[in-house]
Amino acid sequence: MPHASPIRSSRVGEVTCVTFTEGRITDEMVIHQIGQEVLKLVDADAQPKVLLDFSGVEHLSSAALGVLISVNNRVKSRAGQLRLCSISKQIFEVFHITRLDKLFQIHATAEQAKQSLA
Amino acid sequence: MAPAGPCEPLELDITLREMRADVERVQTRVADALRERCYDNDSMFAVRLCLEEALVNAFRHGNRFEPGLVVKFQASIGPETCTFQVEDQGEGFDPGGVPDPTSDENLEIPSGRGIMLMRAYMSEVEYLDPGNRIRMVFKKPASGSD
Repeated sequence: MPHASPIRSSRVGEVTCVTFTEGRITDEMVIHQIGQEVLKLVDADAQPKVLLDFSGVEHLSSAALGVLISVNNRVKSRAGQLRLCSISKQIFEVFHITRLDKLFQIHATAEQAKQSLA
Repeated sequence: MAPAGPCEPLELDITLREMRADVERVQTRVADALRERCYDNDSMFAVRLCLEEALVNAFRHGNRFEPGLVVKFQASIGPETCTFQVEDQGEGFDPGGVPDPTSDENLEIPSGRGIMLMRAYMSEVEYLDPGNRIRMVFKKPASGSD
């Protein structure tokens, strides 16, 4: 049975903004669905500009990190740009431990992230 | 049996059969026990993350989602220290064979971060022979960081 979408997307100019409807991104099926839906958004533009906004996300697992890396790889392969924002202190620590804070461009707020995509 | 008070360890021995529902059941029991014993939010985040990784690894890599196979979870949750053990019914594996996901050449590879996260957040992590059992110890930080 298909789940309700675990993401919401909106368009601001050339930027596709994605937020998450689940506070915990740990369920394997949900993580898979997030991957499929975000990759579809990435593929919709020739040179995608994508913002993943983590407001309200309290937990994620290594499987979710894996999906983020896959999204980053796809964006890169299309010469696009990916930004992450509004990551809680605890989740940022996960990015730091795994050194993914070096791979992703992470901004404190959605506004700052959008400006960096201008 | 009377429930364990917040000053004494809570002993849990749970057999998990269905991944999502049972992992959530374990997480809820453990979170309640940690809260009763005044673990701070960072500690609760760390334990939840590590249990998620250990239990999902057991179902996915250990039991390979084979129907009928179970995952055994044991815990002793005390006021200062928690011990967790997760056992699957797989053949076991060599954790030393997992490449370092933080090295530059592996940074863009989507998988392989669960074990290093458990090692980073837990006070002790040990794989018991033949590698299908993980034992983790979490010690409450000396002073609250909240």
